[in-house]
Amino acid sequence: MTTTAAFDVARIRADFPILGRAVNGRPLVYLDSAASAQKPQVVIDAVSRHYQTSNANVHRGVHFLSQEASEGYEAARVTAAAFLGAAAPGEVVFAHGTTSAINLIARAYGDSHLKQGDHILVSELEHHSNIVPWQQLAIRKGGRVIKIPVTDAGEIDLAAYETLLSDRTRIVAVSHVSNVLGTISPIQQMADLAHARGAVLVVDGAQSAPHLAVDVQALHCDFFVCSGHKVYGPTGVGLLWGRGELLDSMPPYEGGGGMIDLVTFEKTTYAKPPARFEAGTPPVEGVIGLAAALTWLMGLDATALQAHENDLLEYAKGRLSELPGVSLLGHPEHQASVLSFVMDGVHPHDIGTILDTEGVAIRAGHHCAQPLMQRFGVPSTARASFCAFNTRDEVDALIAGMGKVREVFG
Amino acid sequence: MNSDLSELYQSVILDHNKSPRNFKELPDATAHAEGRNPLCGDAYTVWLRMEGDHIAEASFQGNGCAISKASASLMTTAVKGRTMAEAEALFDQFHEMLTGGATDLSGMPNGVKALTGVKAFPMRVKCATLSWHAMRQALHAEK
Repeated sequence: MTTTAAFDVARIRADFPILGRAVNGRPLVYLDSAASAQKPQVVIDAVSRHYQTSNANVHRGVHFLSQEASEGYEAARVTAAAFLGAAAPGEVVFAHGTTSAINLIARAYGDSHLKQGDHILVSELEHHSNIVPWQQLAIRKGGRVIKIPVTDAGEIDLAAYETLLSDRTRIVAVSHVSNVLGTISPIQQMADLAHARGAVLVVDGAQSAPHLAVDVQALHCDFFVCSGHKVYGPTGVGLLWGRGELLDSMPPYEGGGGMIDLVTFEKTTYAKPPARFEAGTPPVEGVIGLAAALTWLMGLDATALQAHENDLLEYAKGRLSELPGVSLLGHPEHQASVLSFVMDGVHPHDIGTILDTEGVAIRAGHHCAQPLMQRFGVPSTARASFCAFNTRDEVDALIAGMGKVREVFG
Repeated sequence: MNSDLSELYQSVILDHNKSPRNFKELPDATAHAEGRNPLCGDAYTVWLRMEGDHIAEASFQGNGCAISKASASLMTTAVKGRTMAEAEALFDQFHEMLTGGATDLSGMPNGVKALTGVKAFPMRVKCATLSWHAMRQALHAEK
């Protein structure tokens, strides 16, 4: 087990009760954090404690518990703003996840800014959640979604991107880290190029938030979204950061309680952001749990965490490459600890099932990124992702499991 | 090896995966249907050539895991020569084998019985039944 002064994996593993579980008689080897991360005890405790001691609706009551829940909810916004490097907590909206956050931007920003014939540039790396809402927007407003191609290495083709940008471009949508290839895209550079044409850049940070130290201001982006459950927090909650002036300029997405200023049957005026975008009772316990997760994550040494995850990535790439008939998809220069591989003559689902019998959890499928699968000419891939608590021993378990796959399929 | 796993990947299944039978388009098909699992991306087309009430020929093409491909190969082999009613009955029997309790497997071809191991892997039942649903859909289209 890798243990340095700055990064003690054994201590981190002790934070995750689920790692004590056996799967199919084997110790759980969880290499599927990119789909959903496991939860440290502090997150489980924060959610429990909220229900046990502070549960009430937020921003709606004058009683003690409502006040306590509201304070916890708004304190979570301060934590989230610190996590994202936001200029102010008011720039952070609690959404229900990355998908809901992108849909919110496509509706609230997109509908009010896109005109007939305008372009939305979307990279070929994207998850369906960063493609489909833009296609729907284009249909609503008579715009066009244009693909930013990806190179054989699995990186965004920046030269092509520059060519595609035009005065018709209103929105550029790109993932910070690819959920399939782990590619880290040059957000700052892409944002500057977009701004030069008067477009905004929307970053899907679902896969970067768990691995990289995010600083939305240094990224020069205009919107950044991520999911709670991929950063060791609960499902059903996510973060949407937008530049203050952009959020101010946007009409609401959903209407309901909590997002209004004054309602009459003649006319309703809306609350200021972020409340404007948080209609209805929010997932309060999710937000409280997410704040605990972000605090836990920020408590780790970011540089040491990245070094640890990068060590696992490089070790896994090396060992997988040695296996006959196994090849890795893409070879991006900058990569977070997510990788995809395929095996000659064996479908990824069969790899996934056989590894599972060895207690090794990976993801197999198209990863909600069918255009990227088409780009690489494969129907699906096997994906392993490495997080704070993984070890080289677990990479070895993956490799041993791949030996079983070979044994079954010959 | 884990016994469930060796039940799942029996040699007949591995063989049909590696060398699928009837893995071609039928140019003179009288009916066809697509089976697609949007969650995993597996996709097959099943073709049938009916002569009266009989399935004279069945074939398939597409992409998917060993279980789905072997199952499609075994299915096209098994339904050939059967009447529509017999093919429907075989579908029901097969579905029951993978999802139900004790099932009467009489009359079921041995190769198809080899897929019984899928029952221990509930996440994979859809893989096994994908092409069977397409076959049934093609039969209904024929009706």
